[in-house]
Amino acid sequence: MSEGHSTYTPKTGLGRWFDARMPLPRLVYDSFVAYPVPRNLNYAWTFGGILSIMLVAQILTGIVLAMHYTADTNLAFGSVEKIMRDVNSGWLLRYMHSNGASFFFVAVYIHIFRGLYYGSYKAPRELLWILGCIIYLLMMATGFMGYVLPWGQMSFWGATVITGFFSAIPLVGDWIQQLLLGGFAVDNPTLNRFFALHYLLPFMIAGVVVLHIWALHVVGQSNPTGIEVKSKTDTVAFTPYATIKDAFGMIVFLFFFAYFVFYLPNYLGHPDNYIVANPLKTPAHIVPEWYFLPFYAILRAITFNVGPINSKLGGVLCMFGAIVMLFLVPWLDTSKVRSAVYRPWYKLFFWLFVADAILLGWLGSQPAEGSYVFMAQMATLFYFAFFLIALPVLGLIETPRRLPNSITEAVLEKNKGGSGHPAGATAAPETKG
Amino acid sequence: MSATDTQDPNRRDFLYVATGMAAVVGAGAFAWPFIDQMRPDASTLALASVEVDVASLTPGMSLIVKWRGKPVVVRNRTEQEMKDGEAVKLADLKDPIARNANLPADAPATDANRTTPGKEAWMVMVQVCTHLGCIPLGQEGDFGGWFCPCHGSQYDTAGRIRKGPAPENMAVPGFKFISDTKILIG
Repeated sequence: MSEGHSTYTPKTGLGRWFDARMPLPRLVYDSFVAYPVPRNLNYAWTFGGILSIMLVAQILTGIVLAMHYTADTNLAFGSVEKIMRDVNSGWLLRYMHSNGASFFFVAVYIHIFRGLYYGSYKAPRELLWILGCIIYLLMMATGFMGYVLPWGQMSFWGATVITGFFSAIPLVGDWIQQLLLGGFAVDNPTLNRFFALHYLLPFMIAGVVVLHIWALHVVGQSNPTGIEVKSKTDTVAFTPYATIKDAFGMIVFLFFFAYFVFYLPNYLGHPDNYIVANPLKTPAHIVPEWYFLPFYAILRAITFNVGPINSKLGGVLCMFGAIVMLFLVPWLDTSKVRSAVYRPWYKLFFWLFVADAILLGWLGSQPAEGSYVFMAQMATLFYFAFFLIALPVLGLIETPRRLPNSITEAVLEKNKGGSGHPAGATAAPETKG
Repeated sequence: MSATDTQDPNRRDFLYVATGMAAVVGAGAFAWPFIDQMRPDASTLALASVEVDVASLTPGMSLIVKWRGKPVVVRNRTEQEMKDGEAVKLADLKDPIARNANLPADAPATDANRTTPGKEAWMVMVQVCTHLGCIPLGQEGDFGGWFCPCHGSQYDTAGRIRKGPAPENMAVPGFKFISDTKILIG
């Protein structure tokens, strides 16, 4: 859509001078003012903007926290307590940063599920989708390493378990694990390098976000009908329409964020992380941050050997495989219809998948014993069946509902449905009688 | 010279290939220190061995020492624990290899092979779960040995994996009794 001619006309002499030398204002105008967006975008589409401000907020709070933090196993835990007690407004900055990470993931999960529901990954948006998956991977790495920095019990043992994944790799696993840890166990070298990388990765995320937005502006936004924009009447200008809608979405989202920061700042954390790391004692029950729980449940579900693959390698392969599935979605889904609105069976399976993901998350927080293990195995089976069976097969056997001819038609039809209420009102007395 | 200009391979091809190879070797040599610096450093590798006094351990008692940043348990096993360990058939083991650094790599995981000759009551073992590196809790679980709270792996009284996701028996480090009451680990 950026193929269209630029409509930017600088009004001042300075504007013209700048435009002839480096047309940055033109780029901003074309991307965020005149840029046409489908007229039927709903609030699920505001999470891209929400994610952008969360990234900025995390970088800002992170940079100031780094000014007070010390990456040394003897001092790290104390320096975090110092931030909480001594540093002016330190408690607020740290709670904003730690809860900000959680809300970053809340927003990204809604953003991903939005994409799955409306088929936003289908041609020509495959690359856009894959760049998003890469951002998600970088976010997970950043979140994991950030959780290690306070050097509490969950920091230490979370790091031990997650770096332990790499020891499952045949032959070179132990060598790679020692390379990551800088020793034989999680220790000072590990903390130092995690801090360096935790500071670096958000800027890499910002870089991929630029690519993500670039790719988006080449192919244009998808929309709830999944029908491509066909004429000018299908779109509205980014400013003011999308800008105001995004801003309202952000304010509502930040309202929930602020509620957690001020009233439930430790609700999403784990109390054991306020105990300083002890390499000789594992907490009774290790759990990762909530946003990793579904993958953690998948990891633990594999308790059996399959041929030459032992249970440990099998668990690690399934866990990484669960993320690889996301990358493959554009090619696993065989349906020509994008939006679940017109796909009754896909819609059902989508919601079952949401329920399955939440179930896996809950199972990940429970101890790995008894019936929980069996439930996790079944939920893992469904997780992979959704991607490997439901997505390819539904596209071949499902009869989609009739698609409107254009976005405009869909919007007008919906409005007609709305104005059709008087007909319902006249019918009501009959049913009452 | 002009007669051989179009001959293949000519001098220019050789220069391309030689320059390309030099660039690849150079890139590799440049990358290596960045990878190499991540490996365990000299001070980490220097913590090679520790000496433990076990005179105070009566049967049923354990102590834990830190070796290479990892906990090593020294346990004076009870009669019952030794009996339980010896009663296990090799066919029932998930991992039939002793994983004892003092024995050949393919030694079977009998109770005796998990200990040292003449000192069968003594278990010396890296108390790190072979699944993902948690510290199992001693004398817990279905087999009276070790139980890992992280992902539910269960080990018997000889530290052999019996149930759960862990793939291997817990490792027995290189060690020897340097006197009746002193053990050298590493």
